[in-house]
Amino acid sequence: MSAGTPRLPLPLPAWAAKRTKVGARGSILAEHSGQFLLVAPLVLYMLVFYAAPVLAMLARSVIDPHPTLHNFARLSHDAVFFHVFANTVLTAVIVTAGALSLGYPVALALSRMRGTAATVTLIIVLLPFWTSVLVRSYAWMVLLGRHGLINEALRAAGVIDTPLRLLNTAFAVDLAMIHILLPYMILPIAGVLRQLDPALPRAAAGLGATPWGTFRQVVLPLSMPGVIAGTLLVFVLSLGFYITPALVGGPRDMMLSQLIAQQVDLLNWPYAACLSATLLLATLALLGLCQALPGVRGALRPAIR
Amino acid sequence: MGAGLSADLPQVDSPHVVAGRDPAIHVQSSDSRAMEQTQSAGEDGRITPGRDAANSLLDRGAKVSLAGLEKRFDLIGAVAGISLEIGSGEFLTLLGPSGSGKTTTLMMIAGFETPTGGDIAIDGRSVIGTPPHKRNIGMVFQNYALFPHLTVAENIAFPLKQRGMDRAARARLVTDSLAMVRLPGYQARYPRQLSGGQQQRVALARAIVFQPRLLLMDEPLGALDKQLRESLQLEMRRLHAELGITFIYVTHDQEEALIMSDRIAVMNEGRIAQVGPPEALYDRPCDRFVAAFIGESNFLPGVARGMEDGMVVADCGGTILRAIAAAPMSPGNPLTLTVRPERMHFANGVAEDAAGQNAMRATVTEAVFAGERCRYLLRCADGTALVLKEPSRAATRRRQVGEELRIAWSVADTVVV
Repeated sequence: MSAGTPRLPLPLPAWAAKRTKVGARGSILAEHSGQFLLVAPLVLYMLVFYAAPVLAMLARSVIDPHPTLHNFARLSHDAVFFHVFANTVLTAVIVTAGALSLGYPVALALSRMRGTAATVTLIIVLLPFWTSVLVRSYAWMVLLGRHGLINEALRAAGVIDTPLRLLNTAFAVDLAMIHILLPYMILPIAGVLRQLDPALPRAAAGLGATPWGTFRQVVLPLSMPGVIAGTLLVFVLSLGFYITPALVGGPRDMMLSQLIAQQVDLLNWPYAACLSATLLLATLALLGLCQALPGVRGALRPAIR
Repeated sequence: MGAGLSADLPQVDSPHVVAGRDPAIHVQSSDSRAMEQTQSAGEDGRITPGRDAANSLLDRGAKVSLAGLEKRFDLIGAVAGISLEIGSGEFLTLLGPSGSGKTTTLMMIAGFETPTGGDIAIDGRSVIGTPPHKRNIGMVFQNYALFPHLTVAENIAFPLKQRGMDRAARARLVTDSLAMVRLPGYQARYPRQLSGGQQQRVALARAIVFQPRLLLMDEPLGALDKQLRESLQLEMRRLHAELGITFIYVTHDQEEALIMSDRIAVMNEGRIAQVGPPEALYDRPCDRFVAAFIGESNFLPGVARGMEDGMVVADCGGTILRAIAAAPMSPGNPLTLTVRPERMHFANGVAEDAAGQNAMRATVTEAVFAGERCRYLLRCADGTALVLKEPSRAATRRRQVGEELRIAWSVADTVVV
């Protein structure tokens, strides 16, 4: 409920306290110098081992072997790139829509459960988190393969004569990615729904709203912060997905990460760097765009009210 | 304060009565036998029976009948069989400590809890099995339950929208009901931009804008500070008088219940301990729980000596006292008498055995000056501790700790519990 950021009552060292006073209002740096000290080790770690290599790698797209925009120029008339980029965005859209439509009801159920039922459901939702993406992708291969469980079962039941082509299709990629990314959709939505004052849906019902009307006019709008957070999370993760499409997808359903890996295999580092930069920029542009939407800015902060 | 409403009625200036153009304000009070009052707000003010049946004030409030209502829980707040008739236009308060089942009872009437036994009838029709959204009951929650993503106007229009009312009519009723709760011009605000008291007014407006025949309130003033609570109490009484609909109000605040209600049902451990108008509960509590829960009470243990002129004669630690009893008591039965502290007074000069008076000797053990009154702790000869409250006057001598005095009170203020 409180407007500002809750401040931890950390005792500041004497010099920091003094600086806080001198810096007066306005200077965030001075005001939070104690907190900055606490995060400094991680910031240093990230700068040295993450930011620096990534920047160096991205830089190769424009300076390898000498300063040039040649790689980006090549991008603009590379038909393979456009095909792969379109396929990547399409897959991300389908996966996000699938995860949202399957995840929202689960989040709703989860938020209404109490006690043991809630714990068990939460564990089931989180279970995929505790298994590696690689293992889960192989599991999908076992299920969807030409002689996989599904085909064998259908054949045994006499539904089909020749095995269906399930593995190495766009469908397989969507299916497996929805499964893997579902928790990222469910958890933020369930978190917001759990915060919802149970008196609100009651009040709506008391005022004459049908159960569907209550959901549409009260529960859904108030859960939008969670929906937006989950959607962004799943969409952004989908854009960069690599292992699953590589294992269960077909050659024609290549995604951007696979194209990047391919270029690296070909030792075409500058073009791979250029593709990476494009993926990063597209993702950042999307996030920026969403920030500009009304209501989203608040949604990305934790508590609403 | 009585049924309470009559005193307030002249203040009513009601150009904005939501329920409409009816010129008359009618209040049916508490007890079923009760007097009816008609207050003119228009040129003639008499109700013409049948002229406008739907709008008739006589019929604005729902009759609610609870029969053997039960809700079994493992948790606190279970209801163990409640039967109660609530009249049309009555202001009934369910009063009790937390866990006494009062909120559960209210939630069953609203339809948010399903009874495990018994029946709820509204206007003679059982509503068991009717979902909440079809009951057409107004409800005000303790934490207001305003929709945070909607403006004040959208919040109040919410029930109207559910009923398919068009935009223009909605806007008009929103304006009317905001005027009624004295928040004109607040349409475009969001709930978070309002103070607690203002939010509660909006919640009230939203609960009455669709002209329900019954309004349920679950500790609506619980989250507000004392001053705001007192002004809203008066406001709710005014609204009740203007609307003429039935109010069922839940609170644990006995003073609030006394001020606002036509009738109070005191609840304890899932049952109704006593039901009646405020004065009846205050003057004639039926048991020790009610006597202690409503106001402050002194309890004097004793033994019955017999009956005399319909009064019980009791021996309390050697002093003979008379008291009102609901039923005759046979000699030798142990009993407890109760007296309100403010009904006792120091009576050194009064003659022994004055008619209709009880008197005994007690020693002052503590004397506290509390502004409008002085509060004394006393000890009787048999060790019973008593409280006596005396209005403070400059001319009245303050009693000193250790003084032994005679105290007296009316037999009519002495009740066997």
